[in-house]
Amino acid sequence: MDKNPATAEKRKERLDRGIKVRTEGIYAVSSWEETAYLALPRLILIVGLLLLPLVIPSLYWKRVISIAAIYALLALGFDFLAHFVGLVSLGGALFIGVGGYTAALLNKTFGLSPLFTLPIATVGGGLICTFLLLPALPLRGVYFAIVTLMYPLTLMRIIEALNIFGGTDGILGVAGFPNRWIEQYLIILIAIVALFGLRRLVNEDIGLVFRGVKDNDQAVRASGLSITRYKAIAVFIASALGSLGGAYLAHIYMWSGISQFALDFSVIPIAATVIGGGGTLVGPLLGCFFLVPISEWLREFGTLRIVFYSVILMAFIMFRSEGVMVYAQRKYHQFERWVKV
Amino acid sequence: MSGENILQVTNVSKTFGGVQALLNVSFNVKQGEVFGIIGPNGSGKTTLINCITGFIKMDSGKVLYKDTDISYKAPNQIANLGLTRTFQIMRPYYSLPAYKNLIVPLFSPRARSKGGWRGGGKLGDRGTVSIDILEEIGFERDSFVPYKLASSLPTGYLKRLELARCLALRPDLILCDEVFSGLSMSEIASMVPLIEKLQMDGITLVMVEHRLRELFRVASRVMVLNFGEKLTEGVPDEVMANEKVKEAYLGSEKLLDYTFEA
Repeated sequence: MDKNPATAEKRKERLDRGIKVRTEGIYAVSSWEETAYLALPRLILIVGLLLLPLVIPSLYWKRVISIAAIYALLALGFDFLAHFVGLVSLGGALFIGVGGYTAALLNKTFGLSPLFTLPIATVGGGLICTFLLLPALPLRGVYFAIVTLMYPLTLMRIIEALNIFGGTDGILGVAGFPNRWIEQYLIILIAIVALFGLRRLVNEDIGLVFRGVKDNDQAVRASGLSITRYKAIAVFIASALGSLGGAYLAHIYMWSGISQFALDFSVIPIAATVIGGGGTLVGPLLGCFFLVPISEWLREFGTLRIVFYSVILMAFIMFRSEGVMVYAQRKYHQFERWVKV
Repeated sequence: MSGENILQVTNVSKTFGGVQALLNVSFNVKQGEVFGIIGPNGSGKTTLINCITGFIKMDSGKVLYKDTDISYKAPNQIANLGLTRTFQIMRPYYSLPAYKNLIVPLFSPRARSKGGWRGGGKLGDRGTVSIDILEEIGFERDSFVPYKLASSLPTGYLKRLELARCLALRPDLILCDEVFSGLSMSEIASMVPLIEKLQMDGITLVMVEHRLRELFRVASRVMVLNFGEKLTEGVPDEVMANEKVKEAYLGSEKLLDYTFEA
């Protein structure tokens, strides 16, 4: 027994005891402390992201934040596909490239403003990418990953060889955003909506089907659902997010070119997911807001940049291999308080 | 429907490489009965179920379900017609709680068209319906069990979860692949009334089984498979009195003599 007289008649209780009554699905929020326990982490994240453009002074770093948000869309898509549908996708470059070229072409040929090109490129890019990946959907694991990796390389060479869509110069003179506040905040808002939307989706009934496909695809077929169809829907969601990021990128740089098929777009989201913690969705987002600025900051060191970058990644993988957010969520649920017996 | 047959299987054959897994197997299942399929290990019972439900493409043969040809249809299409199956090695979604496991079949086109408002009963809440089904199949409603992760449930509950997945699809015919295997005697004793109840609800059952005593309590007819071929078919007592069946299960004395001489 506790010898301390001040706490002798108290015992420790987990803070979330009242919240998780029986299961993660049933909540019983009864006091403002418990409401705060649930809402605070989300509020801190949202307010923190919204404050970023205000607290960062230089235009250069503001641009980096926008790029980080675009990477965050890719990382959210990757985490969704990998940990909730069971498809390991290296298709970030494909999604960005298709989205970027769609938006740039729509803007140059039809003169549409970003207000129209962004939604059209989101849906259109998603449809194009899903159509391209349709034959690969029965594949799993590393085989699906290889197919998604071949597409951006192939498309890049096709554009180069046939000299279409501006060839190696790319499409110049794409319209920019009307002012830099819109440019800054729109992408951050999109990233926040995508994060909370996906978190909601994976716990909806259709999200449970996606998770069923990951856990046991034969049981999903025995349940009367076509796994190819649900994989296609999931790939559409992820590729639409990526294409939106690509379209945004084209409007930010007022240019679209074959470097949008660069493998950075495939690899950095995976690194961010490893660092942030796979399966949490918020982890990959934070991972991008950490990795992309670090990678820019390391440019000062010239060629040594890659070395430092690798060391940071290795440190995370070796010492926190489950990912920061998985660790943080576990610890957050272990907060205790004293209650009178 | 031609007569009262809900399932008509004609001359189904399947080879895996050089191994003849099934050779011209034919049988009919009557509406509302419990039909048993027995046979020694490796006699092709599970392969037969896989062929009927479309998980394996058969080499030749024909399967009629309610007079529709389902021979080469995809498993999800067959399940949507009301012909469902359980797996011998349980296939739950281990990362989901038991009641969320059932939301996947409740999301299928068949459950959505047959099970009230888009599969969610009167209120359109699939979680409620899945807990109802789980209670029917033996998960106590007011306990923690339906809310536990499938990965933390014991075999007995996982076998019931397999049956519950079939029930969520509002089936007319369930192919049970060894629902009694791996269970303790008391668990089997509590499963038998469940099977009887399903039969009384008008569901036709085809049961592949090694536990003959329990099977014969519920089954009206059984078929015996050996090395992929049908040996015989009939009421349980007749079948077990058959010499060929005894040979298949216990080995032939002639064969034994021959091996001793050689």
